[in-house]
Amino acid sequence: MYWNKELECMDREQLLKVQAEKLKATAKRVYENVPFYKKAFDDIGVSPEDIKSAEDVRLLPFTLKQDLRDNYPFGMFASPMSEICRVHASSGTTGKPTVVGYTARDIQSWAQLMARTFTFAGGCRDSVIQVAYGYGLFTGGLGAHYGAEALGAVTVPVSGGNTKRQIMLMEDFGTTILACTPSYALNIAEVIDELGVNRKNLKLKAGVFGAEPWTEAMRTEIEQRLGVLAIDIYGLSEIIGPGVASDCMYKKGLHIAEDFFLAEIIDPNTLEPLPHGQKGELVITTIDKDGIPLIRYRTRDITSLSVEKCDCGRTLARMDKVMGRTDDMLIIRGVNVYPSQIESVLVDMAEVQPHYQIIVDRVDNFDCLEVQVEVSSALFSDEIRHLETLSNKIKAEIQSVLGIGVTVTLVEPKTIARSEGKARRVIDNRNI
Amino acid sequence: MIKQISVFVENKKGRLAKITDVLGRGGIDLIALSIADTTNFGIMRCIVSDPDKAVTLLKDGGFTASTTEVIVAEVTDKPGGLARVLELLDKAGISVEYLYSFVRTPSENALILFRVENVAAAKEALQTGGVKLLTEQDIQNI
Repeated sequence: MYWNKELECMDREQLLKVQAEKLKATAKRVYENVPFYKKAFDDIGVSPEDIKSAEDVRLLPFTLKQDLRDNYPFGMFASPMSEICRVHASSGTTGKPTVVGYTARDIQSWAQLMARTFTFAGGCRDSVIQVAYGYGLFTGGLGAHYGAEALGAVTVPVSGGNTKRQIMLMEDFGTTILACTPSYALNIAEVIDELGVNRKNLKLKAGVFGAEPWTEAMRTEIEQRLGVLAIDIYGLSEIIGPGVASDCMYKKGLHIAEDFFLAEIIDPNTLEPLPHGQKGELVITTIDKDGIPLIRYRTRDITSLSVEKCDCGRTLARMDKVMGRTDDMLIIRGVNVYPSQIESVLVDMAEVQPHYQIIVDRVDNFDCLEVQVEVSSALFSDEIRHLETLSNKIKAEIQSVLGIGVTVTLVEPKTIARSEGKARRVIDNRNI
Repeated sequence: MIKQISVFVENKKGRLAKITDVLGRGGIDLIALSIADTTNFGIMRCIVSDPDKAVTLLKDGGFTASTTEVIVAEVTDKPGGLARVLELLDKAGISVEYLYSFVRTPSENALILFRVENVAAAKEALQTGGVKLLTEQDIQNI
């Protein structure tokens, strides 16, 4: 099943021509409207006129998450604010979030991309799509929501949480497609078992799962326990949100929406492009966006690309499941977490850098974040209530910065292992 | 001035054994001891023969430790003995952060250790009320 067969199965040569035209227009647009890009282009002596083909994207400068931070909040926008109709944000590496803006046309394009994604999962006008991604600044909820509506499906905007109610709605509304994080899908499966819900009462056929890394083993478990086809979707708010790439029913790699995004794989050290099939950092250029087009955005996600035609008939390039990161970002319940965010809270509080460790675990399919802080002389008090206040304050501060719940544990000095004098900051026990 | 030492202790097996071992090897005599605990951690508070040396030993051993000034009062070991002392503090508007008792060789009096915010005011209130306070020398002779 296709959403737009012509686009999805386009001859690759033709596709490259489409990309070249869109890239030219994008380069011109950012050069003329975003001071950051004008300077970046000028600095390396490249002009929008130099772009003749899709491959010429290599001539252009990279964009980093830090660049969005430096131009916080709206400095990277290529449209005047009067044309921006929505903003979304994801957490930044420290303090301020990364903000993206959408024009009305961007919102429409995004809806089309997500409608296409639901089609990949077998969705159609008759589907009932339950959107259990969080709604808000996070792109997951609203991204899936608009896509489901554009598809013409019945859209159930339930957002995340309240699992029993999710299951009740699934039964009563006859939900056919569930959209949420894979760990939440497993959590729902567990509660279905606990409640003793009869599978015959559920009409679930597929799940569109993303916003966090997951393994093939987890996919098999979700498929067996929920009795669905589990589709992996990829996206990031900087690029547009969910809808950048998605599995088709054959699950042989995520088709990139190449009519909107130009993908490259680079060596993160030399920054040189790598040939198809080789593993490296995914770099994306948005070629059909108005609000905040990004040139060669370094996603920090490690994957590889294939342009072989898929069994589904689509010619769109496929990316492998993301195999890791080139930075220390963690994804906890769909939220981006950088150790530096936690560190800055602790430094502010203790005025000296305390030793700390972040322990990530998945308990009952729920990501848990524990921050262990060594009690130094500067933090120590002889009174229990002072230490408890300290621990609660650290917890509250971290939660307000990250936007997710954490546990804070005070530990004795030197309990956190140091290797070559440097503490290992993150222990991720999730095996993903 | 009577110095109490306080040590941060994680609620983990073997930690108290380790602390007392560090003190024992350093020739530190434990005179009084109390432990306050929460779900995740505790604070071990004690009166020792040489508080400054004890803190140095513990810090070298990788523990977080500090000293705190406390008051040790002699209280009649009879019903109402402690109540009378606490009443004196209450009347003087002094709140007690924590206290614990300890005994020395058989005697008619119990010893109560107090931790208060305003040590000087508490001392005055107790002494005016006729309560005997121990000196650092008294402690060392226990």
